[in-house]
Amino acid sequence: MVVTIGFEGSANKIGIGIIRDGEVLSNPRRTYITPPGEGFQPSATARHHQAHVLDVLQEALDIAKITPDQIDAVCYTKGPGMGAPLVSVAVVARTVAQLWQKPIIGVNHCIGHIEMARLITGADDPTVLYVSGGNTQVIAYSERRYQIFGETIDMAIGNCFDRLARLLKLSNDPSPGYNIEQMAKRGQRLVRLPYVVKGMDVSFSGMLSFIEERLDKWLAGEYTPQDICFSLQETAFAMLVETTERAMALTGSQEVLISDR
Amino acid sequence: MKSPQLLKQGAEARLYRTTFCGRPAIVKERFKKTYRHPELDDAITNDRIKAEARALVRCRKLGVRAPVVYQVDLPRRRIVMQDLPECSTVREAICRLSAAQGADCEPLLALAGRLGRLLATLHAAGLVHGDLTTSNLLVDDQLEHITVIDFGLSVADGGAEELAVDLYVLERAVLSTHPQSGPFTEHVYTAYEQQWSGARAVLDKLHQVRMRGRKRLMLG
Ligand SMILES: Nc1ncnc2c1ncn2[C@@H]1O[C@H](COP(=O)(O)OP(=O)(O)OP(=O)(O)O)[C@@H](O)[C@H]1O
Ligand SMILES: [Mg+2]
Repeated sequence: MVVTIGFEGSANKIGIGIIRDGEVLSNPRRTYITPPGEGFQPSATARHHQAHVLDVLQEALDIAKITPDQIDAVCYTKGPGMGAPLVSVAVVARTVAQLWQKPIIGVNHCIGHIEMARLITGADDPTVLYVSGGNTQVIAYSERRYQIFGETIDMAIGNCFDRLARLLKLSNDPSPGYNIEQMAKRGQRLVRLPYVVKGMDVSFSGMLSFIEERLDKWLAGEYTPQDICFSLQETAFAMLVETTERAMALTGSQEVLISDR
Repeated sequence: MKSPQLLKQGAEARLYRTTFCGRPAIVKERFKKTYRHPELDDAITNDRIKAEARALVRCRKLGVRAPVVYQVDLPRRRIVMQDLPECSTVREAICRLSAAQGADCEPLLALAGRLGRLLATLHAAGLVHGDLTTSNLLVDDQLEHITVIDFGLSVADGGAEELAVDLYVLERAVLSTHPQSGPFTEHVYTAYEQQWSGARAVLDKLHQVRMRGRKRLMLG
């Protein structure tokens, strides 16, 4: 039996999971929530993680009913991500690895996401649509490695949603994307937004500045904030599905895995 | 038109083999994507059919092989064009030849040279293909004549950035077809640069486009 503990803190969440032979024994988390209209800053996020990491660690061990001597390896997110939060969490991982005298394994953030999702879903050879606050990539496994088939050429989809939420002054609780989704459910009319697919790549910045430039005019009568959320979702999601489909056509893969955070 | 025979189902279109005024023809019909909002789907489809038809015509005017457009039918979401029989895709050619003779064999490098010159011609005119994968380039058995198809995402007057993305898409498609295809893309770029004075600026941009995916700050 192999028991591993993993530390992740590359963005606004700190999480520690314990896994035994593919079974998730515990996975406690804390999220750093910022006030409405603000994004999370690296140093404040790092302080949040520092304040919670030891509690989360204790919780992870307690829930899993595992003691350090039963653990075989310590894993942590090596990157990519925000520097300060990453370091705060990596320091703890390194410390416990030395304290407990266990090997330490740095994990690429993107691969962590994909492998976790494969484990949970049982997907074998999926085309991965990897979408989150800072990432938008279509990835498939080919020639013995994960390869990026398509990606955003400017901002990530999550970032785009966050920025629309800020423009519309939506709350960050529980997350900007969630609140956009709730608004979108009540959208009635489709606003024609730039739909930018270039081969297998997408671009969102044009869509966002298009909205930014016209927002006041739209809200003065033509469209509601709900319409704008609805249209952003329809347009952006259609772009993502289309590029994922293209990658699947190219690799012949039959499964799609949608992975976020 | 003779009753059409399904030839291929692509990612966004069905292709049928038929005849048009007695000539062998291909119907490319872009089907509805029900996951898209119907208004959005209609608008995108219209844009792409128009872009494709215009680019096919323009391509031929530039002396680059592309199917002749016989008919454009927007309400039925169709283009009817010349059938190019006995062609395989460059993707198939790379697979076949690199398995038989290696990814840097002479016939493949010669093909790369032709491809580089062809792209220089399109790009010098500002014509961006927009989906320059190895499946969208057809070639005859002797690897002498390359025909370009599938212009739905083309842009008529692209800048250096868009032209560079064209090359980047090609590069990634070639490498995903065969990972040892480095020499192939090198030959494409050498020929591209020899053919056209504007090439240097595009290749410089290409360098930035390549870096983009790796250096971006990634969160969440
Ligand atoms: N004029 C033609 N003559 C002969 N074969 C053709 C012609 N046009 C397309 N084909 C064949 O059909 C395939 C798909 O065509 P095309 O790329 O235009 O459609 P698509 O739906 O955009 O496909 P994809 O999304 O897979 O790129 C080509 O790879 C080629 O094999
Ligand atoms: Mg095609």
